[in-house]
Amino acid sequence: MTAPAPTLSVENLQTHFPTRDGIIRAVDGVSFEIGPGEILGLVGESGSGKSITGFSILGLLDPPGHVAAGSVKFKGEDIVGAAPERLRQLRGARIAMIFQDPMMTLNPVLRVDTQMIEAVRAHNKVSEKAARARAIETLRAVGIAAPEERLKSYPHQFSGGMRQRVAIAIALLNKPDLIIADEPTTALDVTIQGQILYEMRKLCRETGTALIWITHDLSVVAGLADRVMVMYAGRIVETGSVAEVLERPRHPYTAGLIGSVPGGTARGHKLFQIPGMAPPPLNLPPGCRFKNRCGYADAACDTMPEMTELSPQHWARCHHPRPAMLAENQA
Amino acid sequence: MSEMTAPAPAPAPAPAPAAASETPLLRIWREFAESKVALFGLALFLLSILAALLAPWITPQNPYDLATLDIMDSRMPPGSVSMDNLVFLLGSDGQGRDMLSAMLYGLRISLFVGVVAVALALAIGAVAGIAAAYLGGHVDTLIMRIVDIQLSFPAILVALILLAVLGNGVDKVIIALVTVQWAYFARAARGAALVERNKEYVEAARCLGLKRPRILLRHLLPNCMPALIVIGTVDIARAITLEATLSFLGLGVPVTEPSLGMLIANGFDYLLSGVYWISMFPGIALTIVIVAINLVGDRLRDVLNPRLKR
Amino acid sequence: MLVFIIRRLLQAALVVAVMSVLVFVGIYLIGDPLAILASPEATEIDREEIARALGLDRPLWEQYMAFIGSAFIGEFGKSFVFGQPAMGLILERMPATLELAFTATIMAFCIGVPLGVYAGLRHETAAAQTIMAGSILGFSLPNFWVGLMLIMIFAVQLGWMPASGRGPTIEVLGIQLSIFSAKGWHHILLPAITLALSKCALIIRLARATAREVMLMDYVKFARAKGLSERRVVGVHILKNIMVPVATVTGLELGALIAFAVITETIFSWPGMGKLLIDSITQLDRPVIVAYLIVVVFMLVAINLIVDILYSVLDPRVRLGGAQ
Repeated sequence: MTAPAPTLSVENLQTHFPTRDGIIRAVDGVSFEIGPGEILGLVGESGSGKSITGFSILGLLDPPGHVAAGSVKFKGEDIVGAAPERLRQLRGARIAMIFQDPMMTLNPVLRVDTQMIEAVRAHNKVSEKAARARAIETLRAVGIAAPEERLKSYPHQFSGGMRQRVAIAIALLNKPDLIIADEPTTALDVTIQGQILYEMRKLCRETGTALIWITHDLSVVAGLADRVMVMYAGRIVETGSVAEVLERPRHPYTAGLIGSVPGGTARGHKLFQIPGMAPPPLNLPPGCRFKNRCGYADAACDTMPEMTELSPQHWARCHHPRPAMLAENQA
Repeated sequence: MSEMTAPAPAPAPAPAPAAASETPLLRIWREFAESKVALFGLALFLLSILAALLAPWITPQNPYDLATLDIMDSRMPPGSVSMDNLVFLLGSDGQGRDMLSAMLYGLRISLFVGVVAVALALAIGAVAGIAAAYLGGHVDTLIMRIVDIQLSFPAILVALILLAVLGNGVDKVIIALVTVQWAYFARAARGAALVERNKEYVEAARCLGLKRPRILLRHLLPNCMPALIVIGTVDIARAITLEATLSFLGLGVPVTEPSLGMLIANGFDYLLSGVYWISMFPGIALTIVIVAINLVGDRLRDVLNPRLKR
Repeated sequence: MLVFIIRRLLQAALVVAVMSVLVFVGIYLIGDPLAILASPEATEIDREEIARALGLDRPLWEQYMAFIGSAFIGEFGKSFVFGQPAMGLILERMPATLELAFTATIMAFCIGVPLGVYAGLRHETAAAQTIMAGSILGFSLPNFWVGLMLIMIFAVQLGWMPASGRGPTIEVLGIQLSIFSAKGWHHILLPAITLALSKCALIIRLARATAREVMLMDYVKFARAKGLSERRVVGVHILKNIMVPVATVTGLELGALIAFAVITETIFSWPGMGKLLIDSITQLDRPVIVAYLIVVVFMLVAINLIVDILYSVLDPRVRLGGAQ
């Protein structure tokens, strides 16, 4: 049985930002694939390049940022060098994006219905009435009560959680094949976050939509995704199924992340923190970028490690991957 | 589980490789000079100041000395020769004055009035604004109300009325200009001072027991200067334009010592008969100076504006 | 909303009252009001009569009331030159000035906004740099000189347009306007351009600055992420957010424009209030000056009020308040 064509296939993506003082390699060789209905968590701290990865896929980088190398194939079609009109057709229709802060992403001087109807009519030749009907239906599907009246409001008249649901609804309007969600629940409080996670998962399962969920929060990934990718300083350092990576992290950074989550520590003991700070993007150390914070680094780490498959479907970029034992047993 | 606690800085460019210890003034100059256009403007402005200062020595004629004027020389086109074998490079005006000389002398008046008026307005406005910000309360409200009323009135009207009442003369023009402009400086100074007032160095100065005037003058004021300088530069251009406008309307400088505006006004009557040079050349000179100042002021604003820091 | 309007109306009334006091005090302070308000050729008997009408022998506040009262009736201040009530003269000329000011504003707006937005969105291009250079020239050029040069080129050299005067007027809604005839346009074009030039430059710079701010906003990126056409992103999303600040400033500048018209009217002999003011100043027709000031104050306050109300109508965040 042939495997279905991957919804998205990213190969060696490199996004550069030229500045006065040098080139910032925000994304420095990222490769991954995602298939229909899959949920992929992209985890990293701020500055790791995870959001830029998302923007690069859709070609939404603010100049002077640009994709310097690599390819992004959507269902086999190369979209990095695609014509602007082709990209426009894909965005919002086949590939949708949800941003982090809905207060900033919804235009404050336009009504919600305007912003939803235009998203429909940009890609479908339907009447305004039909577009409105679809908007109502989608709002209902994301759990907004009385959608007909809600449509006539302005964004600032909604609460934070509702606004984000609207943003999610907008993403779902044209039934895309892929949704890229950039920290959509970071600005919301925990209970709302839980609801939204649950609904997203349900929707993706039902419709077969692939979902890339970008976050810095491991707990979100644990409850939501099938696979997880860990990014550090512009590169992917570990990837595998959620269960595998979270229970048996191989890369010291991932282990550190998991270890620094409170819960496992005994009361009264200091919380674990990964020592040091992420390297400044203009002054990346040669070789492994994590070596200055890693307890296991040695001379070998002065050369860049490659991604190695340590167990089936579980890859890590490290010269000294941690032994495959359960996370709580690691130092 | 909750968020991880590893600290992570946002991606920021590495600190610029500055010279060993670059004083703020040097840095401002360096950034200012990065714009060729601004440098050009500065050069033009300095040139015009130079020309104005040297006018008595470099002009072929003293246009204010009525004895040297001959009515037979009036309204001669550029390039023609006068009764005394003087070449009117830019023509002559209705009284027989050499345009070039008259323009340079007129430039002196325009620049003098502009700079003096702005300097005074800046001083008065800064004092008022900083006092308002620092003292707060009723003083603040009172001063700001006056400023608001002043600013809501179009400058040209205020100046017109003042001059109508005061009469002609360079000193009266300066008074009118200062009256019109001090409010801008007051508002800007107050805004800047409000921000600075809450900073630690002010509190430190207070703790040291420094007297209030000293705190205001030596500590607060220098930090409000950037905003004031930006406004001041552009204001010189405005003052010059305003003076020219008032002179054009006959309300500014006296007829015997015409500024550029008055020269242009003199030429108005002859315009319809094709005698263009009396109005045109002073206007060009005026425009050049104003453009130069605006270019400099624009660049200064970009350089001194903290929000545009990359 | 209604409360807001009422409150602003009261504030406006207060400002006009304060200004009228200031103008009154101004006249009173500048020496003998009689000298200001009575013609130099008036006889002793005339002066006494005016003094009585003005109540100069009464306490100050009574004088002020008399001042205000007669300002309304128009009895106070007969123009020395025309012999008619000064207020009437001003109101007669007002339509001409307003016509000029509005035409100039609309011109400046319609030309300035597209240019400014373009310069903001494509700020690296040569065209954008040219526009910005042009804008510096635009507000550096002395207003009156531009008028003269335009006359020189278009009226004297080319003969396309008349050098002065206002075109034939048609009565529209009780007001005499000249812009509805072709000949009227011939006359209004040069003065309107002169007046509009520096405002246009201002609008270009404002539109550009606002456009640059807005285009970096997340909601613009989001609009693109939705796959909207670039035309819609610029024409609806960006433009609507630019409109509010630009329209507000343009409205507020209208007052300054009316004041600036003083110069333009003088150059082009445009029969508006501004020309009347200048003539009055040179002829020492003081009642007219006072009447002009009061009218201008009133207009400024009215304009500010309208712009304020308009702003709260245009920006839904202000109009509708916070989250429900």
